[in-house]
Amino acid sequence: ADIISTVEFNYSGDLLATGDKGGRVVIFQREQENKSRPHSRGEYNVYSTFQSHEPEFDYLKSLEIEEKINKIRWLPQQNAAHFLLSTNDKTIKLWKISERDKRAEGYNLKDEDGRLRDPFRITALRVPILKPMDLMVEASPRRIFANAHTYHINSISVNSDHETYLSADDLRINLWHLEITDRSFNIVDIKPANMEELTEVITAAEFHPHHCNVFVYSSSKGTIRLCDMRSSALCDRHSKFFEEPEDPSSRSFFSEIISSISDVKFSHSGRYMMTRDYLSVKVWDLNMENRPVETYQVHEYLRSKLCSLYENDCIFDKFECCWNGSDSAIMTGSYNNFFRMFDRNTRRDVTLEASRESSKPRAILKPRKVCTGGKRKKDEISVDSLDFNKKILHTAWHPVENIIAVAATNNLYIFQDKIN
Amino acid sequence: QDTQEKESLPPERAEEAKLKAKYPNLGQKPGGSDFLMKRLQKGQKYFDSGDYNMAKAKMKNKQLPSAGPDKNLVTGDHIPTPQDLPQRKSSLVTSKLAG
Repeated sequence: ADIISTVEFNYSGDLLATGDKGGRVVIFQREQENKSRPHSRGEYNVYSTFQSHEPEFDYLKSLEIEEKINKIRWLPQQNAAHFLLSTNDKTIKLWKISERDKRAEGYNLKDEDGRLRDPFRITALRVPILKPMDLMVEASPRRIFANAHTYHINSISVNSDHETYLSADDLRINLWHLEITDRSFNIVDIKPANMEELTEVITAAEFHPHHCNVFVYSSSKGTIRLCDMRSSALCDRHSKFFEEPEDPSSRSFFSEIISSISDVKFSHSGRYMMTRDYLSVKVWDLNMENRPVETYQVHEYLRSKLCSLYENDCIFDKFECCWNGSDSAIMTGSYNNFFRMFDRNTRRDVTLEASRESSKPRAILKPRKVCTGGKRKKDEISVDSLDFNKKILHTAWHPVENIIAVAATNNLYIFQDKIN
Repeated sequence: QDTQEKESLPPERAEEAKLKAKYPNLGQKPGGSDFLMKRLQKGQKYFDSGDYNMAKAKMKNKQLPSAGPDKNLVTGDHIPTPQDLPQRKSSLVTSKLAG
């Protein structure tokens, strides 16, 4: 199995898609609740697997294009089929996933096993009839949106108009129409005329959940820009600029690196947005640009380890974050297969671990604690014992229920609320 | 030891001092263009036979530009040779041409 690179529930939460480093997409479906076992809620089982992207080679630049799936975004369901967008560094693809549970039998020109019948032997016509068959789930690429990005695509976001979507790379953001593959509009371009003057890159972008003219993009300098497509065709000038003022006395070599935003997500309500930087998660009120309304420390104890985290490149790890369905809680990953959840109302937080060794299936997860100094209590783990290769970068929360999906390297964990 | 650190320097500054001690040539501008260029290329090494052959020819006359142990450097301190490049990992799906 390959390293999971993205996890995403669909709009109803019945389907969960994962993309991996090998370019494959695996979709899980929630089983219908079983009346004979009322206490076991629907579990997720594999529904479909397909190869979305293959490795490619750019001959002009002598560069290999990785097949790793950077992001998957579902489209809202409009008919019996399901559609999702999946992207690697350069190419976005629209996939249709459909079910086939009937097949036609009784053709006139061929036998049931496919052999052609001799037309001279046919004496009577028959009408083919539909017969049930074992469920087959097929995935087919319906659109391929290519050649619009010079740099590596880091985000895609489906618009609330259900007709357009954006794709963002390090320096540019493009707007696409789902039906049109040979053209896209460039709506943000931060490439300087002289590359020596480059000071920041785009790290994530997302459309507003309700206003189809509004989107945000975050930068490597810890800022977020909100843009309104009604104001001009090219959104190089932002409508709103979100940045928390920095205390100049605390500035260090690491300040800018750890302020780089790795993920930005609007709340379901559309009133707030959440950003993830290296050490914290911040909630912003869209009406207040000068500072976040809430800040949650994910793993503050790493601040005194920044030197070694820079040397082993962990300081550049890009963690994602997500909201629960009611926007009352947020979740993000950390190291040692730990992930953190914060309740915005009670201000309580918990650290949990996604690993086979730490819990049996259906057992309640035990909260974890990292010992930051002084005497280590039993069951606590010291900062130096954390495994920095076990990173939880990708997490997803069911749109309605308290079900979460956590990707730990090449394993997917699905956790549910405790049922009484 | 912890309390001593708090009195002298905040943890981030202490870490910065450690890093500068290890890499004295570290760029003055941490967020400068060298660092971002590396990010834009995502550390992809590539083999350009033209560059390689040109460099081989020039090596007799001129030294290759040396970059020093600067951690912010983009491509490394020499033009990659075929032997340097990591083996491309095989994809999961084998080619139809393979037996």
